Amino acid sequence: MQLARVIGTVVATVKAPGLEGVKLLVIQPLDRSLKPTGGQLVAADAVHMAGPGELVYFVAAREAAQAMPDPFVPVDHAIVGIVDAVSALAGNEQ
Amino acid sequence: MKLGRVVGTVVSTINAPDFDNRTLLLCDLLDPSGRPAGGYLIAVDTVGAGAGETVLILDEGNSARQVLNAPGAPIRTLVVGIVDAVVEGPAAV
Repeated sequence: MQLARVIGTVVATVKAPGLEGVKLLVIQPLDRSLKPTGGQLVAADAVHMAGPGELVYFVAAREAAQAMPDPFVPVDHAIVGIVDAVSALAGNEQ
Repeated sequence: MKLGRVVGTVVSTINAPDFDNRTLLLCDLLDPSGRPAGGYLIAVDTVGAGAGETVLILDEGNSARQVLNAPGAPIRTLVVGIVDAVVEGPAAV
């Protein structure tokens, strides 16, 4: 799992079966200092409460679909938690 | 599996139900000599690993769900061991 910032939403009317009602968010993956790293992604919101600006963590690959109510959906990135705090240990700052 | 070093924790109250009561560790990935290899992972702790420890990270979903005995959980990354030593080259006997 990795950290990411939610930076937008995606609206799609025509979707593959199983994706009805799934909220899609644009996320920017972050490194552990919370700086953007890599390209932006569209992720399904498995916690139903994430919104733009929020710090989240997401899971990729097959496990992303496992986070959805129907685990056989074409989802490859899913937000599985909203971050309250990231504590870096003293002396380990990048 | 991968080597990592625990550098922090991630605290979350709103999460997928399978993450309830699980500890999330922020782990830098290491090369075998213990230097940062670049990148990090957030892993679910299964061994009680703590700050600064070198750990063994499992990053494969089917194995992770077996370890947790949680079929269907959206979890693929676990801390599954605390590393005492890594010996490069022929092992000492």
